Parts: sequence; C-alpha cells; structure tokens
Amino acid sequence: MRLTLPQRQIIWAYLFLSVALVFFVVIRWYPTILAFNVSFRDWNVFEGSGPWVGIENYQEIWQDAGKPRSSVTAAFSNTVRYVLFGVPTQLVLALAIALLLAQIRRFAAVFRVAYFAPYVTSAVAVAFVWNWLYQPETGLINQALDLVGLPTQPFTKSPAQALPSITAVAVWQNLGFAVIIFLAGIQQIPGLYYEAARIDGANSWQLFWRITLPLLNPIIVYLTVLGTISYLRLFALVQNMSPQGTGGPLKSTTTVVLEVYREGFSSYKMGYAGALTVLLFFLILLITIIQLRFLSRRVEY
Amino acid sequence: MATSAEIGNESTIQIGEHFVPARGKGSRRPGWPVLIAYILLAIGGVGMITPFFWMILTSVKPPPELVNFSFFPENPTLQNYLNVLNTSSFERWYLNSIIVAVITTVSVVFFDSLVGYTLNKFSFPGKNIIFIGMLGTLMIPTEMLIIPWFTMSVDWNWHIGYAQYWGIAFPGVITAAGIFLMRQFYDGVPNELLDAARMDGMNEFGIWLRIAAPLVKPAMAALAIFNFIGNWNAYLWPLILANSREFYTLPVGLSFFRGESTTHWEKIMTAASLASIPLLIIFLVFQRQIIRGIALTGLKG
Repeated sequence: MRLTLPQRQIIWAYLFLSVALVFFVVIRWYPTILAFNVSFRDWNVFEGSGPWVGIENYQEIWQDAGKPRSSVTAAFSNTVRYVLFGVPTQLVLALAIALLLAQIRRFAAVFRVAYFAPYVTSAVAVAFVWNWLYQPETGLINQALDLVGLPTQPFTKSPAQALPSITAVAVWQNLGFAVIIFLAGIQQIPGLYYEAARIDGANSWQLFWRITLPLLNPIIVYLTVLGTISYLRLFALVQNMSPQGTGGPLKSTTTVVLEVYREGFSSYKMGYAGALTVLLFFLILLITIIQLRFLSRRVEY
Repeated sequence: MATSAEIGNESTIQIGEHFVPARGKGSRRPGWPVLIAYILLAIGGVGMITPFFWMILTSVKPPPELVNFSFFPENPTLQNYLNVLNTSSFERWYLNSIIVAVITTVSVVFFDSLVGYTLNKFSFPGKNIIFIGMLGTLMIPTEMLIIPWFTMSVDWNWHIGYAQYWGIAFPGVITAAGIFLMRQFYDGVPNELLDAARMDGMNEFGIWLRIAAPLVKPAMAALAIFNFIGNWNAYLWPLILANSREFYTLPVGLSFFRGESTTHWEKIMTAASLASIPLLIIFLVFQRQIIRGIALTGLKG
C-alpha cells in the first residue's frame, strides 16, 4: 500500500514529536497529578507512597497559619512582602535606566554589560558576595557608612532589616533583564511620534507620560508578571543569606519555597510540603490572572 | 547572524536589530541632558559592578588584610585560590556543572527546535491538543514538581552513582518555552523551500536538519546560551537530587563550602570568584549575542 503525502506527513509528525510527548507526559503532567496526590497523603518519599489523609495537610497549614509566629505565616507574609518591595522597585529602576541608556550612544555597550552582569551570575555566589558586603564590622558598606560618619547597620543580622536587604540584592541581580527588555521596547517606538508631539508643543514630561509609558504598557505587564513570579519563587538568595539557611533571623526572611524545602527535605514532611507547593501554584495562577486582567486594560488607548 | 536572522519573524527581529540607539531627544540635542544621563548611568554602573570587584579584590588578599581595611590589596596573592582548590572538590564541581549544562543544552536545542518545527509546518490530527498540552505546562511552577520528581528518581535509582547526572538534568532536557520560541521562528521559513526539497526526494528529517534548521540558527543560538546559563546556575533541584559531594554542581558545592569556612571571607570570596568568573567571561565574550537574544526573545535565562 502506498501512503499519500498527507498520511506520510502525519507519521513523520508523530515520529518527530514522540520523545517530547513522552517527556511532557512522564516528566511534566504525571508529576503534576502526583503533586496534588502527594498533598492529600502522609507521603513517604522513599516508599513512593503513603496513606491517604484527605485534607489533613491543608488543615495543618491552616492551623499553623493561625499561630502568630509560625513558619507558614512568616513564609507567606514575607513572600508577599518580597513581591511588594521587589517588583515595583525593579520596574521603576529598570525603566529609568533604560530611558537613560536610550539617550546615549558612546559606551552604551559598556553600560549594558555592567547592568546585566549580575543576571548571569549564580544566585549562590551573589548571596555570598553580599553577605560579605553586609558584614557588621568588616563589610564594605558599613566601612563606607563609618567613613562618612553615618551609623553602621546590621542588615541581614537584624529581623527588621534582613528582608529589605535581601530584596535589594534580588533587585540588583534581576535589574539587567528588565533594563534590556525596556530598552528594546523604547527603541521600537517610532521617532515620528515624538517629533509630531514636539511640533504640537509637548514637553519631555508629557512625551514620557503620553507616548513612552502607554506604548510600553505590554512590556510593563510582561515584566510585572515575570517579576512577580520570580519573587514568589525566591529561594537560593534567602537560603544562602540567612543564618544556617533557615530563613532567619527570627523567621524574618523565610519564603514559601524555603519552607517547602525545609519541611520536605529536612523534616521529610512531604505531604505537608506538597500541600504548600499546591498553594504556591494557585497563588501564582491567581496573581498572573489578576495582573493580566488589570494591567493590560490600558493597552487600548 | 544578521542574514539568517532576517528570515525569522520580522516583527520580533526588529526589537533586537535596533540596538544602536539612533533616535531620542539626546541624539538631536546633545548637551547637558546627555551629560546628566552619562553621570547617572556611571553612578549606577559603579554600584552594579562594585560587588564583583570587591569579591575579586578580597580573593587576592592575605587574610590579615581583611581586618585592617584597605580597598586594594597591599600584598596581592593567589594563595587563597591554591588553598581552596586543594581543600575542596572545585574541579569536580566544574566538571559536573559542565556535564549537566551540556546534556540539557544539546538536548534542548535539538528537541525544542524539532518539535517547534513540527508544530509549525505539519498538519496532523491531535495537533491542537498536543500544542495546548505543552503550553499548559508553563503554568506549573517547578517547585510543585520537585517532590514527585524526587520520588520518581528514587524509584528509578537516578539519585545514586553516575545516574545522578541524568537525575539532575532530566527536568530540563526539553522546555515548553523553547518549543514555542522555535515554533514562532519557523514562520519565517518559506514552505516552498520545503516542498522543493520534498520534490527532490529528500526525507522529512533531512529537510528539517539541512534546510529548515540552518535558517533559524540565531534563535537556536539564543536558546542554547540561555539554557546553558540557566542550567549552570540551577540550584534548587540539583541541591535536592545530588546526594554525594562528588556529584554537586558548582552552586550546590559552593553553598556547602560556606558551611565549612564560615568566617574565612577570603576563602568564601575565592570560591565565589571560582564559581562566577567562567560564566562572566562567557558573558563578556558573547555579550552582544546574549543581550540581543534577550531582547529578541524575552526569554529568561
């Protein structure tokens, strides 16, 4: 029997897709279902099973969340704080830097490299460098503060300053990515728009608010969603910048993912950790949907 | 690069090609606004790279110089590097990181490109379901999958011996984001070209490998670089899976190294330098392509 061309195309298509289909079913979808399953069980990872306990893991999280000083309460409220401090700071700074970069010609490449370098560096190495910069006595920042006569700061050693200090490092590390995306967007705006507005007598401030910002709206939405997701998943920096990697001092820096790691892989409470990851999934989903809804509205202007 | 890039999706390509800032208020009216832009960018740039300088400067200081503050080393030495290399398994961790990053990158470039091509150029029953099934995995944070992946790895003995390389690599051997990126870029490959090759009796795999794939090389290069960087810096999953020191990747090894040399900042900075300098060199060499690739694709590393 001779196959027609469309029939042969179908066979080739499935041949080309075969490995990827196995991958997505076995390594992505099956574990997703398993993740929900684990969250309803008292899971033992080395047996690959555990008794069904219904919503007990979720109830336990709910009860822990009711206790004022529990790790879960701290993890969720800190994670929200990282997002609220980190994302707006990152976006405003990145937009400002991109606007400045768009003004210059010479050395533009040098500046782009300087602003982007932290992004390609391992978060663990970044964490250690900043631990050293933040040191109370010998750290460069406190040495500099001392030099100009300002009081030295405890930074990651104090419950009040630790979270903002780590957020600052996350902003420093992720800034370059947002700068590059903003810059690409700014350079796509046709110069004609600005010239036309200038003829109509618009000043630079009006150009920014009436042309640049509205046209960058899709990019702002994109970077807000990506940024929020990355702050919701904060782990490596916190684990390597808090004492003994526990999210301290006094749980002031712990995150949801850090608690997942600690509950699941230090205390081996896999079911509990699994339930936390399911909550994280819904949190990310919810925030993404809200942001796409509300932030993309202004596109039609 | 530019010649084959022209074939890609034109609207996207332009983002990347506009890297020499040509327009803007600054270029028409050079003067004090440009000067202010340079000054602000320089201040920010110094802030961005000072941590790297401080890391490297600390790593070449003899320990006593860390206490009596001086910015530059008075007696620079490479002794710290010799000490760290002699007392830890850094060479092995380099090797492990290279192995994992190479496995995932080669696999991602091959499969993401082939699958993206198939989803773009072939019509076959079930195409939409497969497309949505792959797209849907982007919503699932990897943190939710680590417990199931760990259970599976234990079941299949991927967490012991040399299988750990596969154990660390397997979640990243195919990526949904890469598939959609490649699928978009194959829009620019004309169907007539593929049909002509079919007339000549070339088989479908040959058509992809010899005709279609070479036309999207820039996208594949961008994909390769981001995957390499992403896997080189990956932390959470390698931390969970690698259970013996000889199989740590660099970030994991670095993290455990801190625990062993808590207050020896010259050693920690030496280790951080060892871990980050190779990637910073790769970044400096390929900075044009990397930054253009980010702007082109919006991919996160």
